[in-house]
Amino acid sequence: MYAQMVDTGVKSLKHRSEMSADEQAFMARIDNESKIEPQDWMPDAYRKTLVRQISQHAHSEIIGMQPEGNWLTRAPTIKRKLQLAAKIQDECGHGQYLYSAAETLGVGRDQLLDQLHTGKAKYSSIFNYPTLNWADMGAVGWLVDGAAIVNQVVLQRTSYGPYSRAMIRICKEESFHQRQGYEILLTMMQKGTPAQKDMVQDAINRFWWPSLMMFGPNDDASTNSAQSLAWKIKRKSNDELRQMFIDQTVPQLEVLGCTAPDPDLQWNPETGHYDFGEIDWSEFFNVIKGNGPCNKQRLEKKVKAHENGTWVRDAAQAYATKQQAGAATKKEAS
Amino acid sequence: MSTADWPLFEVFIRSRHGLSHKHVGSVHAVDATSALENARELYTRRNEGTSIWVVPSNAISASAPEQKDALFSSPVEKIYRHPSFYKLPAEVDKM
Repeated sequence: MYAQMVDTGVKSLKHRSEMSADEQAFMARIDNESKIEPQDWMPDAYRKTLVRQISQHAHSEIIGMQPEGNWLTRAPTIKRKLQLAAKIQDECGHGQYLYSAAETLGVGRDQLLDQLHTGKAKYSSIFNYPTLNWADMGAVGWLVDGAAIVNQVVLQRTSYGPYSRAMIRICKEESFHQRQGYEILLTMMQKGTPAQKDMVQDAINRFWWPSLMMFGPNDDASTNSAQSLAWKIKRKSNDELRQMFIDQTVPQLEVLGCTAPDPDLQWNPETGHYDFGEIDWSEFFNVIKGNGPCNKQRLEKKVKAHENGTWVRDAAQAYATKQQAGAATKKEAS
Repeated sequence: MSTADWPLFEVFIRSRHGLSHKHVGSVHAVDATSALENARELYTRRNEGTSIWVVPSNAISASAPEQKDALFSSPVEKIYRHPSFYKLPAEVDKM
């Protein structure tokens, strides 16, 4: 999931009888599966939670360009380079769709970027891990985009209209990301040298657990998660989504001829799901807090890119002002 | 200079199948020309369309949610406006 641990500002779920008439009418619409649109009345906490979740999601897409950008100039063939460039451009586009959706809630894009640049806003923990070899491009596409797709497919039914529509658009585009990633790994496993095959297994070893952490903490005792589910901002719990991801990914892992770095991973015929080992939550919280391997580097690079783009924005503004002045003078003269 | 003052444009795209322009999202831009360029980059990476409109968001007048009943409840009752209201014998029911 690209949004983890989104604070709803709510300590406990309200009973219907404690709600105002507006809130009751709002909840009736949610229960009815009608979408909430920008002009509709909504509880403040719902609005704030959406802004947090959508902007966190947007920031993740934007920061998510960096781990892949790292390999753009070193892609093994021109074909792979073009594919990777197209994928990175998509991530940027997805960030833009999501910022647009957040803006419909009355928050400015500059405000959101400021929150990212000052470290106030979070983005997904997964992008704070380094990409060390070419197989990482395959593992990121397959596992990281794969986990994001599981989450986003469900989010297409989220209760807020603009968020839902952004998700539908993103899901249409994202499937290519996962397939190209898997194809990179498959090619290396089927045609690669022993050293290249080792790279694939190494990439999977490093990205397996962080990918599972993308879905966020376990469900138990998470008021935020319960509130988001009640508002239908989220449609499935973290643990449900994680299980869906594991169940669909393990057979793909077997086709590759690789293994997961989890000795407890095995099919459970009774539950009809894969059992898996305990996630190292101390690592997750540490990365979220800013102490992952690349947190500092990612943020610095983002801020620098924004600053370096200042002259482009200034030039665009100056040109537009000049054009408008020219048009006004012409109009006066005629 | 801050981009906070850059106006917002709503983007509409006509698909290749000849349907009307459809709203797809929005972009910020200094003016309409660059809004078109931004919209092209953002919303037509996969051959989605053959034509783009951009409209300043503040130029759109919209109905208010409170008017929903007044505006839209009456047609709900007028079921005789739909072909399925008219029951015809099986021999001619493909009409």
